[in-house]
Amino acid sequence: MSALLTTDWWSTLFDFSDYGDLLQLLQNSVYAGILLGLVGGLIGVFVVQRDLAFAVHGISELSFAGAAAGLLLGIGVVAGSLVGSVVAAAIIGVLGARARERNSITAVLMPFGLGLGILCLALYPGRDANKFGLLTGQIVAVDDPRLGSLAVIAVVVLAGLAVVWRPLGFASVDAEVAAARGVPVRALSLVFMLLLALAVSVSVQIVGALLVLSILVTPAAAALRISASPVWVPVLSTAFAVVSLVGGILLALGASVPISPYVTTISFLIYLVCRLAGARRTVRRRERRLA
Amino acid sequence: MTPPLLSLRAAELTLGGRVLWSGVDLDVAPGEFVAVLGANGSGKTSLLKAILGQHRLSAGSATFLGEPLRHGDRRIGYVPQQRLADEGTPLRGRDLVGLGLDGHRWGVGWPSRARREKVDEVLDAVGAAHYARVPVASLSGGEQQRLRIGQALAGDPRLLLCDEPLLSLDLRAQGVVSELIDRTRRARDFGVLFVTHDVNPVLGMVDRVLYLAGRRFRVGTPDEVLRSDVLSELYDAPVDVVRARGRVIIVGAPDQTHAHEHEHDHGADLP
Repeated sequence: MSALLTTDWWSTLFDFSDYGDLLQLLQNSVYAGILLGLVGGLIGVFVVQRDLAFAVHGISELSFAGAAAGLLLGIGVVAGSLVGSVVAAAIIGVLGARARERNSITAVLMPFGLGLGILCLALYPGRDANKFGLLTGQIVAVDDPRLGSLAVIAVVVLAGLAVVWRPLGFASVDAEVAAARGVPVRALSLVFMLLLALAVSVSVQIVGALLVLSILVTPAAAALRISASPVWVPVLSTAFAVVSLVGGILLALGASVPISPYVTTISFLIYLVCRLAGARRTVRRRERRLA
Repeated sequence: MTPPLLSLRAAELTLGGRVLWSGVDLDVAPGEFVAVLGANGSGKTSLLKAILGQHRLSAGSATFLGEPLRHGDRRIGYVPQQRLADEGTPLRGRDLVGLGLDGHRWGVGWPSRARREKVDEVLDAVGAAHYARVPVASLSGGEQQRLRIGQALAGDPRLLLCDEPLLSLDLRAQGVVSELIDRTRRARDFGVLFVTHDVNPVLGMVDRVLYLAGRRFRVGTPDEVLRSDVLSELYDAPVDVVRARGRVIIVGAPDQTHAHEHEHDHGADLP
């Protein structure tokens, strides 16, 4: 009886029959996963350094509201989620220059966005797969036009990051000295919020609003546990994000549950391993420096 | 006489409707070490921010190398208060120095040989080469502050602004860091404006002192300014300047924190 239950569970979670055919079908999702991994892994490094994890969560709820409104009003999920996250990021960026203000503004916006999103979904007449997917993620819904729009947004974010990379890093670790060196700290912070908004809106459409942090924060936090090199941290963070997403998609392929538990679990396990490895490294270094 | 690097004329700064100081005349020459002293809230840090172009003078004029001050002039180096970098800052010793070299430039910043050599040279100059690859967050306050000075030196400054760079360092580290500043300003001939609440760690190095107190100020050598009669007149209250074992203790300056810190420092110095 219990053995039967176990196999039942197992086949719900993992089912690799007809894998080749399914893979063909979900090629777009894998591409989307790679793109999001690149964007999330790179932008995450700054999210962690600038202490914006909670703001990311807030932006993603408003992005969800926007996407739900987009669905209801027929302007589309992509456009809706973009508008939602850009508005949220602008509000948080302009009003929340200091960490404490930023956190309370985020906390005020977040439930409002979630409520608004739920309202729009409740009013939406269709039984679209998108409906629940906006919160918890989906892989089936990435068609060609959708992949195209995701790719455009991702390229904008990556290009933007490439331009501001060095001064943004300077301003993130040491705003005071950066300002003294003529770095436009305030303007960069707003530019970054805009890029973050774009990255969030891409993430919301794939992993869902509730789990955006697993792509925009966890991989970077993991990378920062095992390296302090300004070259290796972004490289590792991106690799972790891509592995979590593509791995999650490949595992979820045949299963009848959403993609997100797979992505978040892989991402979390990577973090766990890095944390353990990082702790050992710190101890070794301390011993060496004392010796 | 060489023309001054920095020149303040009848400078006044008002912040939030309060005049911090006014009528300040000050010239800083190349290679000169000027300590900025005064109670908390007397506008020492604001003076540095004004020179960095982050506060506008409410009256008077200020020039640097003969031109009006502007925001983000990279010929001015800046060493802020010592603050331990957060755990998880993706920065090693050499990266902190590298930011001083080209952190303000756009783009990703690919590594190059010239850049590596320049950073190595600065690391050697500040004696930080042996911890160049250690994450900044796991360095001691003194080690971090040496890197900060290296970061400022990497930009080849003509004037170095230091805001309480010795704060929360132990006595040995205070000595190492202040001697580093003293040595490099002589070797590279840049001026130093050094904000501190305690002049003692740099007493033997400073050429002149700018003492700010309640909108007024005095400029002169330590012997000219750090005297009971001069400070009593400046504060408009009886102040005693006591010299003991080569240290200066200011007693009775109408600022509790200020007097307390001096006593505290003195106590820590006794064998």
